[in-house]
Amino acid sequence: MSDLYAKIFADEAFQRMQRKRSHLTWALCALMLGSFYSFILVIAFRPDLLAIPLGPNTVITWGIPVAVSIILLGFVSTGIYVWRANGEFDSTIERIVERVSATD
Amino acid sequence: MRGRIFGGLLVALMPMLSFAASGGSSAEVVRAPINMTAISMFMVFVGATLCITWWAARRTHTTSDYYAAGGAITGTQNGFAIAGDFMSAASFLGVSGLVYSSGYDGLIYSVGGLVSWPLVMFLMAERLRNLGRYTFADAVSYRLSAVPIRTLSACGTLVVVLLYLIAQMVGAGTLIQVLFGLPYEFAIILVGVLMVLYVSFGGMIATTWVQIIKATLLLIGSSVLAFLVMSEFDFSFERMFSEAIAIHPNGVAVMAPGGLISDPISALSLGVALVFGTAGLPHILMRFFTVPDAREARKSVFIATGLVGYFYLLTVIMGFGAIVLISQNPEFLTSTGLRGGNNMAAIHLSQAVAGNLFLGFISAVAFATILAVVAGLTLSGASAISHDLYANVFKRGEVSETEVVRISRYASGVLGVLAVFLGMVFEGQNVAYMVLLAFAVAASVNFPILILSMYWRGLTTRGAVAGGTVGLLVAIACMVTGPTVWVEILGYEQAIFPYKYPALFSMSSAFAVIVGVSLLDRSDSAAREAAAFDQQYVRSVTGMGAAGAVQH
Repeated sequence: MSDLYAKIFADEAFQRMQRKRSHLTWALCALMLGSFYSFILVIAFRPDLLAIPLGPNTVITWGIPVAVSIILLGFVSTGIYVWRANGEFDSTIERIVERVSATD
Repeated sequence: MRGRIFGGLLVALMPMLSFAASGGSSAEVVRAPINMTAISMFMVFVGATLCITWWAARRTHTTSDYYAAGGAITGTQNGFAIAGDFMSAASFLGVSGLVYSSGYDGLIYSVGGLVSWPLVMFLMAERLRNLGRYTFADAVSYRLSAVPIRTLSACGTLVVVLLYLIAQMVGAGTLIQVLFGLPYEFAIILVGVLMVLYVSFGGMIATTWVQIIKATLLLIGSSVLAFLVMSEFDFSFERMFSEAIAIHPNGVAVMAPGGLISDPISALSLGVALVFGTAGLPHILMRFFTVPDAREARKSVFIATGLVGYFYLLTVIMGFGAIVLISQNPEFLTSTGLRGGNNMAAIHLSQAVAGNLFLGFISAVAFATILAVVAGLTLSGASAISHDLYANVFKRGEVSETEVVRISRYASGVLGVLAVFLGMVFEGQNVAYMVLLAFAVAASVNFPILILSMYWRGLTTRGAVAGGTVGLLVAIACMVTGPTVWVEILGYEQAIFPYKYPALFSMSSAFAVIVGVSLLDRSDSAAREAAAFDQQYVRSVTGMGAAGAVQH
């Protein structure tokens, strides 16, 4: 049984798949943490930037669309991950496990 | 004053946090006249949840049913349950109250509260589901030594659960006085009895369904409320914001950050507590075991993120709407401000836009929210006691399933009694720091050992135990000697630890000690643990050998 795990771990297609997954994971993490901490740092150092109105005829400031965008970005990026992982990644992994188990 | 507002703000954003905590010590609670509409609607909720508990008890046969609902909850259902855990009375009343009092600053907390979810998704959901069975300690002890790891994880869990329970209890007692016009002690005992009934008889099945129903009611109630508010402004955001600027004492500043986070260290520490604390909350982590596989676990985080994001956008409408619609209405004011405190903004707003019946509905939903959250906390604490401590530490796994579930039922009873007792002890006190501390502990004990166990081959048992213990102690020490407890509660002149939020410091010291001790650990067990990493890794990403849905 643990032999099968070792074979899968050593499998090249498996390693390639995992590299792809981890690229996506870290890119999305960087995107979310980057945008959140940039937002926090702008609030800490240059809050006036978020106080600028969107246009001459509106009271709505840039702060509003920025905050709403980060919330939407969180939703969209989780959506991208689920879509890739539940589709492509899962089926690739499943095929690899089947192939390796068959030769076991 | 600014300090207190800041603290109140932070706390309000924290999920599951109590209404009273964010109200702080400033609110003098005036008991309202008895509100029969609200009480009857709440009784309907209680009746329905007790029926569910009865139904769930009949379906709870095995340990897996009890702790993980047999792994038979769907991704969508679990998404609602997770969102329900997060959309607490604090998010609902606290964040809308913050927007009401400070405008844009309230939004900062909504954004922070949401950002942790994508990270939970990318880093934890699938691996946790594939490695664990009932508690997150299962995943950590997969290749590390069970006895020390489970003892540490159970301590982390129980500290977080107890601190939260106290905050929730005090919040429930305060809320029931203001909303229903009933006495404090009555609320505490009612909450204690109901939560023990749900958890000990209905286990995870009942706890999950109570949470799903509450989340649905809360989303419906908030959607209707936001819709009615927008209809007052002909559905024009421009009009709502302009009128809010005209009425609010801060004027145009209400549309921008108000300098409440001006110190970069505090800002970072706050961000750490929010994002990584949420990712270490034991009762939320436990929910990933209620779904059949990693696929459904991911789907549930996606649904939860969408629901929480949508809900936070509604709180913005409620907060700004309240500025215009109630801040000038003498019916809702006392000489010192909003009747019952700023956290009552959404409640008063419901009365202003739709009258008494809707007020009753929203009040009942607010109280149901607390009830559902304490049930989740109690189940999580009872699992740590029975599954981690009793079955795997004291009995070394040599114990029957029925006995573990029996112990868990006793444990939930003990936690209930303890929560009621502590709720009485802390009546009328400022318990906001307890929530801050709970988040700091979750970010400094549970999160580091869990994430490193899944991602770092070099983690050893000694490293995890040493670092987790340091994280726990540093979090407690910084909180006690910091401005919140040392100055505001103990009354000393000068805080020894200068910052309000310990998470940045306690989490970094936990990581540093874990990594340092693990690297220095040259024992045979360390070598075995590193060797077991490949197998754990393959299981965590393929789901091979993972606990599946239980076949009845």
